[in-house]
Amino acid sequence: MRIVCPFCGARDAQEFSYLGDASLQQRPDTPAGAPLDDAAHAAWHDYVYLRENPPGEHTEFWYHASGCRQWLKVTRHMRTHAISNVEAARPSSLRGAA
Amino acid sequence: MSRQPNRLASGGLVDRNKPQLFRFDGQPYQGFAGDTLASALLANGVSLFGRSFKYHRPRGLLSAGPEEPNALVELRSGARREPNTRATVAELYDGLEATSQNRWPSLRFDAMAVNQLFAPIFAAGFYYKTFMWPAAFWEKLYEPIIRRAAGLGRPAGSEDPDHYEKAFAHCDVLVIGSGPAGLMAALAAGRSGARVIIAEEDFRLGGRLICDRREVDGVPSVEWVARIASELEAMPEVRVMLRTSVFGVYDGGVYGALERVNDHVAVPPEFQPRQRMWRIMTRETILAAGSIERPVVFGDNDRPGVMMAGSVRTYTNRFAVAPGTRAAVFANNDDAARTIGDLEAAGVHVDAVIDPRPGSTDSVRSAARKAGSELIEGAIERATGGQRVQSVDVRSNGSTRSLSVDLVAMSGGWSPTVHLTSHQGSRPVWDDQLSAFLPGQTLPPGMTVAGAATGQFSLEACLAAGAAAGLDAAGRCGFRRAQLAVPSADPESTAVSPLWRVRGTKGKAFVDFQNDVAASDVELAEREGFRSVEHLKRYTTLGMATDQGKTANVNGLALMAEITAKSISQTGTTIFRPPYTPVAIGALAGHHRGEHFKPTRLTAGHAWAKRQGAVFVESGVWMRAAYFPRPGENDWLETTIREVNTVRSAVGVCDVSTLGKIDVQGRDAGKFLDFVYCNTFSTLAIGKARYGVMLREDGFAMDDGTTSRLAEDHYVVTTTTANAAKVMQHMEFCHQVLLPHLDVQMISISDQWAQYAIAGPKSRAVLQKIVDPRHDISNEAFPFMAAAEISLKGGIPARLFRISFSGEMAYELAVPAGFGEAAIVEIIKAGQEFGIAPYGLEALTVMRIEKGHVAGAEFNGQTTARDFGLGKMVSTKKEFVGRVMAQREALTQPDRPILVGLRPIEEGFRLRSGAHLLNRGAEPSLDNDQGYVTSTTYSPTLRSWIGLAFMKSGKERTGDTVRAWDAIRGTDALVEVVGPCFYDPKGERHHG
Repeated sequence: MRIVCPFCGARDAQEFSYLGDASLQQRPDTPAGAPLDDAAHAAWHDYVYLRENPPGEHTEFWYHASGCRQWLKVTRHMRTHAISNVEAARPSSLRGAA
Repeated sequence: MSRQPNRLASGGLVDRNKPQLFRFDGQPYQGFAGDTLASALLANGVSLFGRSFKYHRPRGLLSAGPEEPNALVELRSGARREPNTRATVAELYDGLEATSQNRWPSLRFDAMAVNQLFAPIFAAGFYYKTFMWPAAFWEKLYEPIIRRAAGLGRPAGSEDPDHYEKAFAHCDVLVIGSGPAGLMAALAAGRSGARVIIAEEDFRLGGRLICDRREVDGVPSVEWVARIASELEAMPEVRVMLRTSVFGVYDGGVYGALERVNDHVAVPPEFQPRQRMWRIMTRETILAAGSIERPVVFGDNDRPGVMMAGSVRTYTNRFAVAPGTRAAVFANNDDAARTIGDLEAAGVHVDAVIDPRPGSTDSVRSAARKAGSELIEGAIERATGGQRVQSVDVRSNGSTRSLSVDLVAMSGGWSPTVHLTSHQGSRPVWDDQLSAFLPGQTLPPGMTVAGAATGQFSLEACLAAGAAAGLDAAGRCGFRRAQLAVPSADPESTAVSPLWRVRGTKGKAFVDFQNDVAASDVELAEREGFRSVEHLKRYTTLGMATDQGKTANVNGLALMAEITAKSISQTGTTIFRPPYTPVAIGALAGHHRGEHFKPTRLTAGHAWAKRQGAVFVESGVWMRAAYFPRPGENDWLETTIREVNTVRSAVGVCDVSTLGKIDVQGRDAGKFLDFVYCNTFSTLAIGKARYGVMLREDGFAMDDGTTSRLAEDHYVVTTTTANAAKVMQHMEFCHQVLLPHLDVQMISISDQWAQYAIAGPKSRAVLQKIVDPRHDISNEAFPFMAAAEISLKGGIPARLFRISFSGEMAYELAVPAGFGEAAIVEIIKAGQEFGIAPYGLEALTVMRIEKGHVAGAEFNGQTTARDFGLGKMVSTKKEFVGRVMAQREALTQPDRPILVGLRPIEEGFRLRSGAHLLNRGAEPSLDNDQGYVTSTTYSPTLRSWIGLAFMKSGKERTGDTVRAWDAIRGTDALVEVVGPCFYDPKGERHHG
């Protein structure tokens, strides 16, 4: 499989490590110091343990470990492995600032 | 020896000026360059090649190509012995040695051939039904016996001395196969300017064009192939890859191919691989893999001398070998005409042509007439003969008669080689008109199929389809389609009427030759309810041998369809998966084996340590010095004890460069580290170091290490050796994904800095001799947990951290890796007067256990910061990874196992990791389990074995005596529960 890295171009999938479901970016917001209610526990349980496994398009994280070391959001079809989109996890609007 | 009795006087694509001597089963023979092992043996009159898998029936050549199910041999000898190699694709070379397999004591007399007599017993499902009981007998008795009786060749049994390598290639158009369609496709795409790779599994281009006597563009097909081959070779953007099997289709236009670089020589030349595994990246692929001829299922159709008709032509035309003297041609299609003509041309008389089609056809009739062969409308019921066919029983018009022949050229029609089309899940579809499975509707993206592989069986159609496919593919890649005339070809008829099996035959009628599956097994499967193709396959093992049923599958399915009175398309087919032909594991591994399985990393001080006689140990990808033995020391323990005592009483130095080091900079660096670690780093003073623990998001501990703040916006993080890469990846994730708005940058500097721990009461005295005097490193100016950028020896940049893993007053000194070796030499020189000694990983481990520091064994993925006794470190004021999940009920229960120290009651008892803790008198059970031992060592300081363990309510149990129960090593000893820190628990020594 080949992944078109927005920074490095088309590269062999061996250069990347896989993490999975890109919904990991939506980390629950539970303020520190506040008591944890059932809803907070439930939200965190879902966040840490539950993953979608759709038989269609799926957006997931890949890390270009042997390349630019950037985390990428890759949209891949779970049946055909066809990749329809690759973008940096960190929005480009924030890149220049850093 | 050199007679080659069956070699024709002239013709063929063999080089008669290059005789090649070889041995088969010890017997010397001679063949020619251009032969395969199969053609050379056939030329020498050898017809018996092997014994079948289950019944040990004598077997000869069925085919002349990669589909061969019978003629499997052990190729080469000694460490290079390769079992189950198809003699039909093994290129002959001078000095080749081959051995037949699955026979004892010899190929001609095989004791296990007695299995044939029990054939009725060994029907499909025999093993399932017979060896059910008692279950324990399977592994110990039944399986070993069956394995010995039924089988294939023997592996070499010693390490493969050859190299294998992996390579990558890119192209616009990949053409698979070099028959008429493949050659035209490559020519068309090449002339259009595309980057083309044409892969051919044979050692010669041409496919059927070099096996049949055809005419293309008015010249013999062999000449035409040579002309095209030289044009392709001359095109700079075209790469012709011979001896290269494309074995698999993978995602995104990636194809796996195996190039047999040096399988055709006895020993690969120096620095050359035997085989090369290619990963070919392509935009367009033209599959021109041709087709495979099907046998006809009749009685004892496996007798040596019963061969595929197309393969018979290959032997006569390409190799100039007569496979027999008197032949019967048995075919349901018009290829029979060509077979008759070629056999007659080779001097093999065709006694009879048996055609099951009523009235046969014009072309077959006229060929038979020309050859003076009797044309019989009927079928062969059975072949007779033992190790060679002697006659055939032919049924015609209701009566059966015997014909004396020593060669049967049979053909049940051709099956398109659709294997690669279904590697991504597409199922081939049945075509009634062509009596063949054709490629399915959804092909792998970018693939087109041309020629016989898609059912275009005439030469003219193949040439035209190949040209069109090549032009189209180049066009889709953005090239201007070249002008190309499709060459003419001699006319032919490709008429075929299906004939799957001859009914009412006697003897075993084989469907799958390699796995010994007969028509009766398919019938049995149907009777017992295994009617779906997937069940049929698994119950009878049809198509599951090393040839993956290339000659068997279609006949098997057709039989099942016939028995169940369904159509073949209703019956369906199983699909093919990679690899198309067997691929050696060595080729898949490439250079990644033995010590090269993974990279070996050496520290800057490695060469120095080696000169000191260090014994090294693998630690992750690193080689680390385990201990530095001195003359007179008897074992690692003695050396380690001396090294520990040196550190505790004077000073020692240890290479800790393998720790992961990450440079973190930016305005928000402190804020970022607060998020990554469970404790706080934004409050760390500049010039100070702090120990930190990192959690996973699920609340369990992930890694630890010290982090130092060198400036307001500059931190240096250290990780454990094992987790260096993982932590780097995790930190990048935390920044780029979770906190993208933070102004922070990080980079791994593990390789850029060499780092040494200098530990012991005299450590400061040593350092004061090498650190430049302008840096005050006195206890007051540079106390415990201080960190600074300094210089050594008059200006060499360095970093100094006053941190201690050993529990002594200690420093870690980092220098740019280029100074790594010089630094250790200088440290030793400076420490000479204080009795300095280098110490290794063993002593380091002893001292960390004496101090109760957690390490890899404690970071087992099931432990939390609280379990380490570090609960107070965990901040409650800020957000960090793992914060919420670490507060889960099960992770905060008061009696949850916590880190404790253990000391055996019995003097000298060796405590071992893995032992479980039990209360005295308690039965060993999960309910009674009090915890487990994670790390143990002999402590020279305490003169006793000691250990660290996680124990339920461990803190409250200090002073108790419990059992360390070790079922694996069979020990059960009393130990006292103590605090995890055995040495200087108040921490006075490191404050020095």
